[in-house]
Amino acid sequence: MSVPAAWYLVLAAALFGIGAFGLLTRRSALIMFMCIELMLNAVNLTFVTFSRTLSDISGQAIVFFVMVVAAAEVTVGLGIVVAVFRRRSSTSVDELSELKG
Amino acid sequence: MTAAAYAVPSVLIFLTSAGLILVGAIGVISVKNPVHAALSLIMTLFGVAVAFVAQSADFLAAVQIIVYAGAIVVLFLFVIMFLGVDRREHVTVEPLVGQRAFAGAGVFLTTGGLVALMAKSHWVSGAMSVSSPGAPIATGQGNVRELGTAVFTTYLFAFEATAALLIIAVVGAVLLARRERVTPVEEDAA
Repeated sequence: MSVPAAWYLVLAAALFGIGAFGLLTRRSALIMFMCIELMLNAVNLTFVTFSRTLSDISGQAIVFFVMVVAAAEVTVGLGIVVAVFRRRSSTSVDELSELKG
Repeated sequence: MTAAAYAVPSVLIFLTSAGLILVGAIGVISVKNPVHAALSLIMTLFGVAVAFVAQSADFLAAVQIIVYAGAIVVLFLFVIMFLGVDRREHVTVEPLVGQRAFAGAGVFLTTGGLVALMAKSHWVSGAMSVSSPGAPIATGQGNVRELGTAVFTTYLFAFEATAALLIIAVVGAVLLARRERVTPVEEDAA
């Protein structure tokens, strides 16, 4: 008998939690992007697990689209990081406080 | 039911992927050097790919390696090299008082609540096993054909929309990262 779906779901939840913690605590924009990737991967793993459990291919199709959106997001995000770095010589999100009230 | 009740290979595969995923993820959020963080990210992505193969999502595992580990992480590394490798962040400094504690408590509550909710609802589906006998995972056949059929029929509009999304993302990235060129006319005026 194969391992139950619950193991993979708990693993995905742990990965999501680690990613969320990193996103909340780290302040380098690059590392924050990597943490977003971790969270997206956790969600992808959940989708694939449920796709397997429910014998429904839609979960895997959605994972495919999540990957496309993640690639687009990283491209634009890193473009923004490079543009900000040109102006500020820093990727720390704490120093971007012009809009502070 | 204890772990001994399950097939040994599937348990080993799960433990391998879990180890890769968790060690890599903790590495991403804890190391100082961004290059090491990107390499830890590759480790996590490989672990997720192993989990995909174990659940017979062969095509997605291949895409995971090619697109994520091959393209996205290389893009990260390019940007890190471009900005300078030795820009380390002081991970021990905590600019906001109690930020770590609040973040940890919030994440623990959310993740714990999520797991408790899933466990209470019989893991939503009620199914006790990832694979059933005779499923593709046992025969060694993937489901690339089914996935292709779904993407090109049911999700055709979304698939076409991703083309537009990628074009927009590429144009946007080029515009954002392009250096603004000062033309000679402007220099004379200044």
